[in-house]
Amino acid sequence: MKRLLLVLIVVAIALSPILLLAVAVPTEKDPVAAARAVALSEKLRCLVCQNQTIADSNAELAADLRRQIHEQIAAGKSDKEIVDYMVARYGDFVLYQPPVKSTTLLLWAGPALLVLVGFIVLARTVRARRARPATPEMSAEERERAARLLRGDTAKDAS
Amino acid sequence: MAENVADSIREPERASTKRLLIPLAIFVVLVAFLLIGLTRDPREVPSPLIGKQAPAFTLKQLHDPAKTLGPADLKGQVWLLNVWASWCVSCREEHPLLIELGKTKVVPIVGLNYKDEPAAGMRWLTENGDPYNTSVVDRDGRVGIDWGVYGVPETFVVDKTGAIRYKQIGPITLEALQTKILPLVRELQKS
Repeated sequence: MKRLLLVLIVVAIALSPILLLAVAVPTEKDPVAAARAVALSEKLRCLVCQNQTIADSNAELAADLRRQIHEQIAAGKSDKEIVDYMVARYGDFVLYQPPVKSTTLLLWAGPALLVLVGFIVLARTVRARRARPATPEMSAEERERAARLLRGDTAKDAS
Repeated sequence: MAENVADSIREPERASTKRLLIPLAIFVVLVAFLLIGLTRDPREVPSPLIGKQAPAFTLKQLHDPAKTLGPADLKGQVWLLNVWASWCVSCREEHPLLIELGKTKVVPIVGLNYKDEPAAGMRWLTENGDPYNTSVVDRDGRVGIDWGVYGVPETFVVDKTGAIRYKQIGPITLEALQTKILPLVRELQKS
């Protein structure tokens, strides 16, 4: 009887980590929901450590916001509803991909604009270089004067 | 004749000096933008809640958990919501100012004890003084999220209709209190 009790205790101790694990992973039961939660938290910025997403960040606020995402997914909210919920509280800044608005137009159009300006400058430079003759043309008078200077006859050139 | 030649030499030179100035001009503009950027605090994210109704809550009072308090109970008066916690270091920085403000009784201050142990919060208030008319307990930070809190301390000014009119991110400074918060409170109290 004593031995049986001992065996039971050993088995219980051996199994306890497995039992704990089973309790600790409730959200992983639904892989689709888990994937959605990860995808969403990778789109949202943590406001405490501003260059990290709430998926990357260890800040308490990020953990709370991840919890919010899990809860809202479990409550059947759509991705858009969850994102809107975050934007309503923290503004567009929480979005890693800012929406196209009048205030963000320059941000979105900026790179294309820079490329455009670059092409214009390039085209103008190339055209100007083509238009310029390889060697500058000299008039007959200039040739004569150059020849005079080369001969060392500077007296007449002094003006 | 000789002058003509000299001119024809100088002309392209002048054009190229002008061209050389273009990068300098771009650089100056860039530096101007960067200098403006230096004066701004990237941690201060403008709240989308300004001008909107304060998010509702009903939370237990810190000193009397049997009672609750929420924005609905404060309708009709101008009030401040100050988000604080015993673990928050910069809360100590603004605390003397809050104590002074509390003494003047100009405006009721509600404390939101954010993600804190109620016992630790109460001990902190006994040690440092309690400027709050009432403190409420936001144990898990859910109300904080509703109010867009991301850095403690934060202070909100709520008007008589229950709309948020101003948000101070980080500790209240004497300057912010004198130039922004108090004038706004007085103006809102008149209306």
